[in-house]
Amino acid sequence: MLEVVLPIVLALLGLALLIAFVRLWLGPTLPDRVVSMDLIAVLTVGVIVTASAGSGQRALLDAAFVIALVGFMGTVAYAWYIEKER
Amino acid sequence: MSSSILRTAARVLMPLLVLFAVFLLVRGHNDPGGGFVAGLVIAVAFVLLMFADGVEAARRSLPVSPWHLLGSGLLVALTAGLMPVFVGRPFLTALWAHLGPERWDVLVGTPLLFDIGVCFVVVGVVLTMTFSLVED
Repeated sequence: MLEVVLPIVLALLGLALLIAFVRLWLGPTLPDRVVSMDLIAVLTVGVIVTASAGSGQRALLDAAFVIALVGFMGTVAYAWYIEKER
Repeated sequence: MSSSILRTAARVLMPLLVLFAVFLLVRGHNDPGGGFVAGLVIAVAFVLLMFADGVEAARRSLPVSPWHLLGSGLLVALTAGLMPVFVGRPFLTALWAHLGPERWDVLVGTPLLFDIGVCFVVVGVVLTMTFSLVED
């Protein structure tokens, strides 16, 4: 069951990462790019958790935990600077 | 920036981050983790507080100033390195001791002390840099 699901999940996450990266590349304004960076962080957590489920490496979950806890800090920092610029 | 959402989230997340950092620090000898990551997570907890309540509140919530933390961390790591020298072993050799009664045998050693020192140094460095960058 897991062998069938894992490639599908990884392909969908990869597609989502690609779409988020297109927004990061094009993004006409800075807030667009910041939001896409936040989305990429969340998708990275998904990729790590999927890889952890596939390989059985429980240590990978710690990396996902740290990114999930800390990832939004970058977004907050960017928001702080955007607010300061005005 | 004074968003009440951010302030509430910071209040909930800060203890969680510090607890996770302690977990990373203690298990760092045998599994992924260690003083460096633990220090980074603790520093991020205080940076989060800084974004939510301002630099002054973050400085006040830290019991000692960041550079005192940096210096004492270096001292703790040096102590952990020098302890085996007094027993006649090379510098930075790991010393282990069994503590407690037979049933709750706890293995403590100088690597944990060294990791605590590294953790203090990382927290001190990151917070010194962040606070002075924001205060400019």
